Amino acid sequence: MKKTLAILLTLVLAMGVLAGCGSSGSSAASSDTQKEETAEAPAEGAAEGAETAEGLNIKVGFITLHDENSTYDLNFINAAKAACEQLGVEYLIRTNIPEGQECYDAAADLVDAGCGIIFADSFGHEDFMIQAAKEFPDVQFCHSTGTKAHTEGLPNYHNAFASIYEGRYLAGVAAGMKLNEMIEAGEITADQAKMGYVGAFTYAEVISGYTSFFLGARSVCPTATMEVTFTGSWYDETAEKEGATTLINDGCVLISQHADSMGAPTACENAGVPNVSYNGSTVSACPNTFIVSSRIDWTPYYVYAITNAAGGEAIDTDWTGTIGTGSVVLTEVNEQAAAAGTVEKIEEVKAALEAGTTHVFDAAAFTVGGEALTSYMADVDTDAAYEADTEVISDGYFHESEYRSAPYFDLRIDGITLLDEKY
Amino acid sequence: MHNNPKEPLIHMTRRGALPWYRAWGIRLLAIAAALLVCALITTITTGLNPLAVYATMFSGAFGTARRTWILGQDVAILLCISLALTPAFRMHFWNLGGEGQILMGALATASCMILFGETLPGPLLILASIVTALAAGAVWALIPALCKAKWNTNETLFTLMMNYVATQLVAYFVIVWEVPKGSGKIGIINQSTEAGWLPVLAGNRYLLNILVVAFLTVAMYVYLTYSKHGYEISVVGESEATARYVGIKVPKTIIRTLLLSGAICGLTGFLLVAGTNHTLTTTLAGGQGFTAVMVAWLAKFNPLHMVISSFLLVFLSRGAGEISTIYGLNQSYGDILTGIILFFIIGSEFFISYRLHFRRPHRKDAAQGSAPEQKSAPEQTGTQEQGGKSEKGEVTADV
Repeated sequence: MKKTLAILLTLVLAMGVLAGCGSSGSSAASSDTQKEETAEAPAEGAAEGAETAEGLNIKVGFITLHDENSTYDLNFINAAKAACEQLGVEYLIRTNIPEGQECYDAAADLVDAGCGIIFADSFGHEDFMIQAAKEFPDVQFCHSTGTKAHTEGLPNYHNAFASIYEGRYLAGVAAGMKLNEMIEAGEITADQAKMGYVGAFTYAEVISGYTSFFLGARSVCPTATMEVTFTGSWYDETAEKEGATTLINDGCVLISQHADSMGAPTACENAGVPNVSYNGSTVSACPNTFIVSSRIDWTPYYVYAITNAAGGEAIDTDWTGTIGTGSVVLTEVNEQAAAAGTVEKIEEVKAALEAGTTHVFDAAAFTVGGEALTSYMADVDTDAAYEADTEVISDGYFHESEYRSAPYFDLRIDGITLLDEKY
Repeated sequence: MHNNPKEPLIHMTRRGALPWYRAWGIRLLAIAAALLVCALITTITTGLNPLAVYATMFSGAFGTARRTWILGQDVAILLCISLALTPAFRMHFWNLGGEGQILMGALATASCMILFGETLPGPLLILASIVTALAAGAVWALIPALCKAKWNTNETLFTLMMNYVATQLVAYFVIVWEVPKGSGKIGIINQSTEAGWLPVLAGNRYLLNILVVAFLTVAMYVYLTYSKHGYEISVVGESEATARYVGIKVPKTIIRTLLLSGAICGLTGFLLVAGTNHTLTTTLAGGQGFTAVMVAWLAKFNPLHMVISSFLLVFLSRGAGEISTIYGLNQSYGDILTGIILFFIIGSEFFISYRLHFRRPHRKDAAQGSAPEQKSAPEQTGTQEQGGKSEKGEVTADV
């Protein structure tokens, strides 16, 4: 028994080594791009902020939940590198930091390494960033997707998000165009224009996302309806694939998702169902079904926050990136799958959103329980009782991401059916 | 070709106990060889200077006072889990449910902190957390133990399955207590009141966990080596029939030992929630319930040696993290180095337990010129002393 287990352990290790070698190929391939930073990075250890020749006098730290293998974190890492190279500042990235004490430890360690501003990318990092912000008042802490900065009242703790609901709305327009094309071609009737959406949790960020996507689609295809299912995880390839398959079998003719794996796009490609993606283009894996993808580009925020921190200027407590700041972007439209005229239509709606003539959550565009809303109290100030505290409907539309950067639209509007709400 | 086809090229025999310095010599040789291979791979795949990479690993583990403390705290937690698994392992009860038992302890602690955070006074709340955490961990180990004792079920599979049940239970309660709604995260529990948090000793947030585990290590060593219970565990592990013959109640020993094993896992969960993380997630144990299996095996179930093996594993993982930060290499790269080093260390245990004998070449082939070495590898009854030189040669040759 002892021997068998020893052999087993050895085998497992051997396989671990082999698996590791497999991925070493990718790190070797990317080592070219990393050479510049290796050249300057080894000057580490001391706590004095090392000066760079041409750039700003600040060292920047980043904390990410996973590494480049997660599309979500890759999006942040790419932005971090782009911003720091643009500004010519030295930076350190700590990857694979769980949402626990390790986040505080990593932040404190980056302070020790001389960082003057530290960013974290995952929602669950927030409380640990606040803990670090309280302990190191001279260092700026910026947390993406968090909700607490405006109530904590710390001068060195900041939240950031982007009005990604506008990007989702535009992606929804592309979906609606596709539905119209299918109706005109006689593939489906107008009543069968049902879309499916795979979400992670029944979290406001997800609800805001699928609702804006749906409203975008319905703005061009009035008979569109949607079904939503939740996986209970931000990254669960199997569950996302199953969720998408369930929706397709349920009669959904177009799928979108808000979760981080390739599960839903792959299911769509296999079934030949059009897909609107998130976090980045999936066209290489899904050449026949990928239409377009929206994502947040964090580079403008990083440039803004690092520049202000280096210059000793204040950073917004809640910073919301928009289409105008270049934070909300769409990937290239895949002509193979998209309906004709999609690119032009997206440009037209985008201009209207920027001009303020179109509002995504226009109170006249949706109903809840058959009624149009004139007033709604949202849970903007995070508390354990989920207390609704802020009036968010005025001037005829729902003001998303204005009272804090993270989304708080959590209404269940008519036309969208939630298949389950267990998460 | 061969004059004597019955004799294999290499065959192995079991050694007697090696003197400690020989055993450690082989281990050190293995580590040296592992570092050499790692250096080679580093140079070939990344073009980096391997010595600089090793220096970075060292700085990742010890570079600042804070890093050293974090290292100590991580060693303490991993060691605590290994200590929990050891009594069961010594009994040849393969408790692979450490992960689940930790999570149950963590869940119990978190529920006390959330439900009674405002009603119970501090010391009482901590006491309630400890008691429920120990009980929760113990119950999670007791269930497979009872089934093993009563129906001789397979404990490896059973404890493994219990991990998934625990993970799902935690996932469920995370959603019950999530803030804000729908986020699937609890966040730091009682961040403003710090109710139910373990006190910070001497201004150092890591010290208390380290002290608790240091005490536990000594206690476990004494329990296993000098107590009657410890003896019974060893006998049951060697042979249940013998244990029955000498009058040891085997089911009772199994159940008692697993209660202890699970309770210490529960304690780890308590330390993780009340002591360091102050939150509850399904990934709180982070796979350490399985890493601890390796720690315990490497140390041959000796609690004092586990200090070394858990230190080694934590050192490697902290060092690997630093490599990925400084050189922009993927975390997997650090894992590769860790894998190679562990592979060699575990491999070296083979050469400590067994010796290899190469076939003696026959006169016709002897002209090749490697004659002097054969003298020290006598066929069957070579003494340990004689075998020594060639064995070291074989170790390096093999690695």
